[in-house]
Amino acid sequence: MIKQKVRVKSFKINDITVTGRSDQTLLEVAKEHDIFIPTLCYLEGLSCVGSCRLCLVEVKGARELVPACTSKIKEDMEVFTTSEKIDSHRKMILSMIFSERSHTCSVCEANGDCELQDKSVELQLDHSLVPYIDSRFAIDASHKNFVHDPNRCILCSRCVRVCNEIEGANAINIGGRGINSMIIHDMDEPWIDSQSCTSCGKCVYVCPTGALYEKEITKEDVTTKREIIRNLLKNRAENE
Amino acid sequence: MADIVDSRYKIIDQAMRKLGYEKSALLEVLHIAQETFGYLDRDALKFIAKRLKAPYSKVYGVATFYHRFTLKPQGKHTLVVCLGTACYIKGAKEILAALETRFAIKVTQTTNDNLLSLLSARCVGSCSIAPVMICDNKTYGKLTIDETLEKIEEILS
Amino acid sequence: MITSLLELEELANCKRCDEASIVEELRVCIGSSCVSRGADEIEKNLKTAIENKGLQNRCRVKGVGCSGLCANGTLVSHYKNSTKENTLYEEIILDDVDALVASIEEQKSYSLKVCDTNQLFFTKQTKIVLENAGIIDPNDIEDYIAHGGYATLFHVLHEMMPVDVINEVKISGLRGRGGGGFPTGQKWESVYKVQSDQKYIVCNGDEGDPGAFMDRALMEADPHKVLEGMIIAGFACEATKGYIYVRAEYPIAVEKINRAIKQARKLGILGNQIAHSGFDFDIEVRLGGGAFVCGEATALIASIEGNRGNPRQKPPHLSDYGLWGEPTVLNNVETLANIPSILKNGGEWFKNIGTPTSTGTKIFALTGHIKNTGLVEVPMGITLRELIFEIGGGVSDGKALKAIQTGGPSGGCIPTQFLDLSIDYDSLKSVGTIMGSGGMIVIDESSNMVELAHFFMDFCKSASCGKCVPCRVGTTQLTLLLEKYIAKEATQANFELLKELSKVVKGTSLCGLGQTAPNPVLSTIRYFESEYLEGIKND
Repeated sequence: MIKQKVRVKSFKINDITVTGRSDQTLLEVAKEHDIFIPTLCYLEGLSCVGSCRLCLVEVKGARELVPACTSKIKEDMEVFTTSEKIDSHRKMILSMIFSERSHTCSVCEANGDCELQDKSVELQLDHSLVPYIDSRFAIDASHKNFVHDPNRCILCSRCVRVCNEIEGANAINIGGRGINSMIIHDMDEPWIDSQSCTSCGKCVYVCPTGALYEKEITKEDVTTKREIIRNLLKNRAENE
Repeated sequence: MADIVDSRYKIIDQAMRKLGYEKSALLEVLHIAQETFGYLDRDALKFIAKRLKAPYSKVYGVATFYHRFTLKPQGKHTLVVCLGTACYIKGAKEILAALETRFAIKVTQTTNDNLLSLLSARCVGSCSIAPVMICDNKTYGKLTIDETLEKIEEILS
Repeated sequence: MITSLLELEELANCKRCDEASIVEELRVCIGSSCVSRGADEIEKNLKTAIENKGLQNRCRVKGVGCSGLCANGTLVSHYKNSTKENTLYEEIILDDVDALVASIEEQKSYSLKVCDTNQLFFTKQTKIVLENAGIIDPNDIEDYIAHGGYATLFHVLHEMMPVDVINEVKISGLRGRGGGGFPTGQKWESVYKVQSDQKYIVCNGDEGDPGAFMDRALMEADPHKVLEGMIIAGFACEATKGYIYVRAEYPIAVEKINRAIKQARKLGILGNQIAHSGFDFDIEVRLGGGAFVCGEATALIASIEGNRGNPRQKPPHLSDYGLWGEPTVLNNVETLANIPSILKNGGEWFKNIGTPTSTGTKIFALTGHIKNTGLVEVPMGITLRELIFEIGGGVSDGKALKAIQTGGPSGGCIPTQFLDLSIDYDSLKSVGTIMGSGGMIVIDESSNMVELAHFFMDFCKSASCGKCVPCRVGTTQLTLLLEKYIAKEATQANFELLKELSKVVKGTSLCGLGQTAPNPVLSTIRYFESEYLEGIKND
């Protein structure tokens, strides 16, 4: 395997000169310089998969848009985090996410505390651009503490990654393929029957929507628990 | 969990041993299990997962990603209608529709008497004799609707 | 064990001597297409009939790979060693066996089923990659060696340095035959230049484009050529291990490749110290599982590693971070099968075939509404008209040509006004399609282009791995939209959305599958917009 030395690189984001380490991603450097790039599947401390495509940016000279979360920085590159094309593409992608399953906020556990909801405000998506596919799935409330509601799932795979990379239990994965993909516990069995799940709850507190939530808990406790998990991820990432 | 006494589990275990119980050999093992059992049920998948020391969720995730693997038992005969481009423009869709009507099942389903499973494939590479169907591993080409139905009746009887 | 070129030549001569005593051969095509018409039975019955007549010392029956004219199978050719004369018989069925053998006994031709090999289908082809197809027995390594096989490998191992090999391939101008068209020499060079203890050569035999069967035929007809190309690639890039990833839907190809690997190992052509040269290389076969997306480079690697076939964002490219994180060359079957001929005859020779930017030949699978369905190898730069009307014999059933689809679900269709277009990577791109892997589907006037676009979109939808949003949701949305057109219930707003969604899916998807999935829609809108407008209901 090839290891490269870490060097300092300077380049431009939106015509502002910034610097970062060569092992950093565009997103990390942008965040350090308070330049906003929308994300959804990204979570600090977890591996980056580039699957939600909301963090796509333009790099001068590149044929295609590139995801900021997986792209390493390069000397002298010129990056643009916003443009008419980027904005309209991001809106369409966000609208596609909303159209896939059922995201009726008024009856959702996560109403008011949902990253997907926040995105629609950030990206000013005020009406749906594509028809609703509106697939319906059974809710798994078998676990004593937690609920899995696939109707709210956006397949960002944060839960899969946290279970694999942080908890090390590998209790969750994606089953099926394409539009039929689903989050599964063990061999797509009721959550309560999972032999791998440690009931640690990390998956619940990294979920950006109301697809995974804890039963009978106050809003304050949710905030506290989420803080704990997010800090754990951050610290792990820094110590690596 | 099924006992290893079942000789079919022995076949799979032998195959895994031959592959050095390598995790990367998961697909090869699933192919052998599919061939041995005719389908992959959770018991077989759990057996494989344990032997390869792979997480259940990973084995299930892989098994459901590849359409070659089926998690439900198949009928006595399996009929695969090719829906590749060449077959498609030569009327494979109409043939499939006729089969669905005749046996009152949809594609991927099995008849109530467990005699026939109807499947479709995305190009089997026999485009020169399109439209094509594969019945119990034998390929039939240049089909018309009538010929197809006739052939199937013949095989089922 | 063969340790030198001399020994290899001895084996070849020996085999040829053996053959000299056999004055005639009956070569039965056992390609998938002919087999599905009963070629296996025909081969068996021919053998029995020859033995019954006591002709086995004079005429041998052997199975050979695809001779190309699949439309007229089962094909059997009768070869006379003395005159090098080869008579091709077409549409042979079991009932012909006795009469055919009788005519051989009487040293006459079986005129009833003679196939005219002077027709353009045969005379306009240039066979380099398929030179042995229909001639050698793919189950017999000695037959390959007797026809000059592996001599190039031995020459390379003993006389050349890796850089020389890479240079020759660069000079040849060979570009990837899987669809992308990336220069092969450049790919090899980038892996060669990376310092690493372990490198891999991976052969992509996951031919997933519906309507394409070039790689299948090649692996079935001449598996050793693919191995030879791969071993040379390994030597050039200093890799010691190779994998061939083949679709599980191709059981005969898998069987042939596996047998070829065993035979090569036995003769010391694979394994440690190949030909006493100090070079080690071995090859293993890995089976696909019915996932089109695994034709994508990073997904294929994930699949070999035993994972779900999810692609990942590039860079890093495979040359830096490939199989198990090591530098990896991924080449298509046909690309690798070109290598032995290039090293044998030189890069300059290869460069002179085809056009300046698309050198060499290309195998095409002619299917759809065309008379001569089958497999052809032609020099790059031939026109569509020549390919469809002269070689292919024109549209079947006397109908008019409407379009030609290339590049499968990633490609597009070419309307009739471009019939004189030269077939090369760049010309095809200029009219909105791609070379692709070589599937060429002829579409007649009776076909509806929106339905065709829907067919491909539905294909991409079921092939999408589901990892990224634009491909997973976008292909579903586009499929649903196209269904509205087919039901003639679309609105004008749907038409704008169709175009906008296509643009977004193309521009934002993670891998090549999603990035090219809208191509069939965009290309049919470009040339057949009226058929879309017919799907818009009048209010």
